Amino acid sequence: MNGPFHSDSTLSSWGRIVRDRHLVARPRFGDELPGLLRRLSPDAPGLPIGLRRSYGDSILNPEGRVIDMTALDRIIAFDRKTGLMRAEAGLSLSQALQVLVPAGWFVPTTPGTRFATLGGAVANDVHGKNHHTAGTFGASVTRLSLLRTDGSTHELAPGDQLFHATVGGLGLTGVIAWVEFRASRIPSAHLDAEDTAFMRVEDYFDIAADRKTRFEHTMAWVDCSTGGAQLGRGIFSAANWSPHGDLATHTEQPRRKVPLDAPGFTLNALTVRAFNSVRHELKRMRYGPYRTHYEPFLYPLDGIADWNRLYGASGFYQYQCVLPPASARDGVVELLKAISASGQGSPLAVLKDFGSNPAAGLLSFPMEGTTLALDFRNQGERTLRLMADLDRIVADAGGRLYPAKDGRMPAAMFRAGFPKWQDFCAYLDPGLSSAFWRRVSA
Amino acid sequence: MDGSLGYTQPSVEVRATTASNRVVILGALSAIATATARIYAREGASLVLVARNAQRLDALAADLRARGAREVFVSAMDLEAEAGKAAVWLDTWVAQLGGLDHVHLIYGYLGSQPEASASPAELSRIITSNFSSAVQWCEAAANILRRQKHGALVAVSSVAGDRGRQSNYAYGAAKGGLALFVQGLAHSLAGTGARAVVVKPGFVDTPMTDGLKKGGAMWASADQIGHALRSAADKGGPIQYAPGKWRIIMSIIRAVPAFIFHKTKL
Repeated sequence: MNGPFHSDSTLSSWGRIVRDRHLVARPRFGDELPGLLRRLSPDAPGLPIGLRRSYGDSILNPEGRVIDMTALDRIIAFDRKTGLMRAEAGLSLSQALQVLVPAGWFVPTTPGTRFATLGGAVANDVHGKNHHTAGTFGASVTRLSLLRTDGSTHELAPGDQLFHATVGGLGLTGVIAWVEFRASRIPSAHLDAEDTAFMRVEDYFDIAADRKTRFEHTMAWVDCSTGGAQLGRGIFSAANWSPHGDLATHTEQPRRKVPLDAPGFTLNALTVRAFNSVRHELKRMRYGPYRTHYEPFLYPLDGIADWNRLYGASGFYQYQCVLPPASARDGVVELLKAISASGQGSPLAVLKDFGSNPAAGLLSFPMEGTTLALDFRNQGERTLRLMADLDRIVADAGGRLYPAKDGRMPAAMFRAGFPKWQDFCAYLDPGLSSAFWRRVSA
Repeated sequence: MDGSLGYTQPSVEVRATTASNRVVILGALSAIATATARIYAREGASLVLVARNAQRLDALAADLRARGAREVFVSAMDLEAEAGKAAVWLDTWVAQLGGLDHVHLIYGYLGSQPEASASPAELSRIITSNFSSAVQWCEAAANILRRQKHGALVAVSSVAGDRGRQSNYAYGAAKGGLALFVQGLAHSLAGTGARAVVVKPGFVDTPMTDGLKKGGAMWASADQIGHALRSAADKGGPIQYAPGKWRIIMSIIRAVPAFIFHKTKL
């Protein structure tokens, strides 16, 4: 029958909007992969998946097969002198850091969660607060092994076209078996950080321009529930690795857990506004320099397991766009106005400037400009209409949306945002597909 | 607004500072064994990994070295077939490690009760894997520990060994027998300075149980069981449940009268 694939009727991504039946295989050893890939075909395509921190449908293949890579998490080699690490694709950044940090190394860049796999970091070409200095994760990948459903195995390096299709390729070019990447040196596990409050979003851009020349890590938290003169007030955080302090790693287990779905009203506009205001005041009081371990600075939400359940049983969307420098100022203001007017404001909105580093992949999301990311509790049509409005602003500004966060972008939006998508198609593995890909390529 | 230097307390992982242990893991390639071995690796222990597949053992050994293990040796063999030579093999590994602190017996075979009922070969395999061969390894390990008056044997049994149930009584009987055997070894080692412990996990989310409906309070991760095994090597009584709440659950299940129990499909 389904052999090593077993049925799971509630598989979902981080946004939890779609919970659907999948046939799941969870190999424990790399030698099991070829046999699993033989069961995939253009008629019954599959998809490799990791820790499922992508928000939408880029990691879903409803009624189809998925290969859960998370048990393939062995480190193959780590050179403490050069910082070169090779590991199976299911290794989490969190586990990698347990080995890297005590030896004075860190992953070259990291998303806001350490619960991402190496394979996922490559397939989404993830970025972090240090994009303007480090580029994306793919920029530090030196080699990777890719298995395709035609039975071929490819060891790829930068320069190979299939490599650049696989970086940011959403798991659609083959199954990544292992990844080798160059870690970056850290003098300690601590950061010297500094927070600056700004009362208008326009001020964000001036602060960002100044900080990015002096700081490795930058990002801003924005309150988009307030309108008028206070539109887009927020906190700008910037940090450099501190020369002071030890090389202590984080605690692997989250400290707190959300035991069940919050009722749907928990994060309505009112509570969101209250939450944001309180947070704003609290952080303003700490305005100035401080030293912090990397855990709370880089992974503020990882301390709470299953925080996505706070949005209630109907789940939530995330919307992350990037706008090019020329249109970023006006575009971000327009987006915040539309969000504020809708009353569907999100408790976590993040602004960050990307650097001009060249893209590592054909479908890499980051490009020079400003990125804005926010959550919306799923309120059905109403939420979808708001995001369609935001799409128009992003498209007019010449921007694009992040597939890893997306569960609804129309095909036209994807194609306009990723002009190399047709080049990418030449490298697709016909035995792999996702709900996302079927939508944007239809 | 003061610019005081606030400091956010890091949550620092506590690392064990015990002198590096010398550990043999029998059945090193299961999810539980991997989790257990990684805990030892982080402590800087030296390990001998024993299981059937040489290539997979090499992959695990490389992982454990990267994670901090001092030395890792692998020995590819069929533990059921080699059980008669357990004492010889253990002596070899003790020589490689330069001593012995902990032996973990983790291998086992769940099998299928309907198949075991129909096929003598399957029934025999379940008993050999989980009991007859396992006790040979346990006896040989205990003999070394008794001689050196130090160290611990930790054998993995199962809550399935606490009451015969229609769904898996062959596996349950073998694991239950193993538990009795190790309980006896613990008694025989009393006062020597060496210990024997049997650990009985409940439901564990591993590939062995894929296909069952998982999640919720009854299921533990392989990691949790790994920590229970690691801790059992240092302290605690001769029979430990993992997680501990299974001791209560199983005492209730054992107490249910047959006329009620027989109405269930457990």
